[in-house]
Amino acid sequence: MSGTTVFGFCAAAAVGLGLYGLITNPQPLRKIIAFNLVGSGVFLLFGVVGRRGAAAGLGNDPVPQALVITGVVVAFSATALAIALLLRLFKAAGTATLSDAPLRADPDSPGD
Amino acid sequence: MSIATIFEIVLAAVLLGLGVWTIVVRETFSATVGFVAYGLLVALIWVRLDAVDVALTEAAIGGGLGGVLLLGAAARLRDADLMASETPGEVMRASAAALSALIAAALAGAVVLLPDAAPTLAPAAVANAWATGLSNSVTNVLMAFRAMDTMLEKVVLLLAIVGVWSLAPDSAWDGRPGPRHETDPNGVLAFLARLLPPVGIVVGIYILWTGADHPGGAFQGGAILASMWLLTIMAGLADTPPTGRRWLRFILVAGPCLFLLVGLVGLLSGAAFLSYPPALAKPLILGIEVAMVLTIAATLGLLLAGAPERSWKP
Repeated sequence: MSGTTVFGFCAAAAVGLGLYGLITNPQPLRKIIAFNLVGSGVFLLFGVVGRRGAAAGLGNDPVPQALVITGVVVAFSATALAIALLLRLFKAAGTATLSDAPLRADPDSPGD
Repeated sequence: MSIATIFEIVLAAVLLGLGVWTIVVRETFSATVGFVAYGLLVALIWVRLDAVDVALTEAAIGGGLGGVLLLGAAARLRDADLMASETPGEVMRASAAALSALIAAALAGAVVLLPDAAPTLAPAAVANAWATGLSNSVTNVLMAFRAMDTMLEKVVLLLAIVGVWSLAPDSAWDGRPGPRHETDPNGVLAFLARLLPPVGIVVGIYILWTGADHPGGAFQGGAILASMWLLTIMAGLADTPPTGRRWLRFILVAGPCLFLLVGLVGLLSGAAFLSYPPALAKPLILGIEVAMVLTIAATLGLLLAGAPERSWKP
């Protein structure tokens, strides 16, 4: 078994772990972290496939590499947007869960 | 294919251990710290996979800036941690575990069953490198062969910042993002914020410039510039700029606009959208990358700073 295959199993396990956390953890911030775990597993799978496609003197296929670089930046901006939404929810409602917890008395108050 | 070394197996095991910790640990803050460590190890794996460009991006954006973002959010949401939120029951958790295990096993199976003469675009990317004059094939794919993806990614960054800013309360519209950081002006953080940026800015620009021929480029360089900017903000030496400032908005759109403009010129001059004439390819790509590095640095920094919270009026 080569090192590339070991990392492939690692990536598959990261996707599974992230999915489990995404479903079972009730806190939104933990869901965001779990989703990032899924994403990093998917990116690593790209890397494993690209490593196997090494040719022409390159150690790793440049096309999946370029896709992953773009993906990392997009994942970061999505995470930042999700966290901004969460912080705003916490400020406006005083809670950071998505359950039916009671909101603040007057939803029309400016909040800040 | 070589046999896996002890180093690779230990690296994979520690990585998975951190992944499990991130999911099962009780406090959100500990989970966040675990995820930051996880991100740095992922960067190491990318080095082992011979993808140094991705490793640099992962370390700077995934591990570094992403870590600061998550740690900041976890610190601000600490009170929310104390509130009891209902956890799913046994049956729910067991079925989620079964589903996740099934998907992980299917992916692991796919890794084992990959075709043995792996399909690859590497020879095509190397053979066509003459068309741009850059010898880093990852930069070639990003900026020329798949330039459409990269341009649209700039638009995604712009949309993300529009989304974050639109969460501002009315009173802070056009105001400064995030809280004002106050630290001891003689403390360690303020010292680092004076010492590191001159070095970091040079390193960031070097990584941008060397990206044409070696691992590096606008993303990695931009992330380093953004972290230097954030360091001075967090040390209280500078404040986040009001989001209404013209120059700031100009920098945010400069990268995507220049990219789009070059793309349209390619379309009008005959060949195709985003095609560069080979004689001008290198200066055009470097020009776009210089505009992009500023846009990326400003966008990443502002995404971390968050929604406007304070009115800029005194």
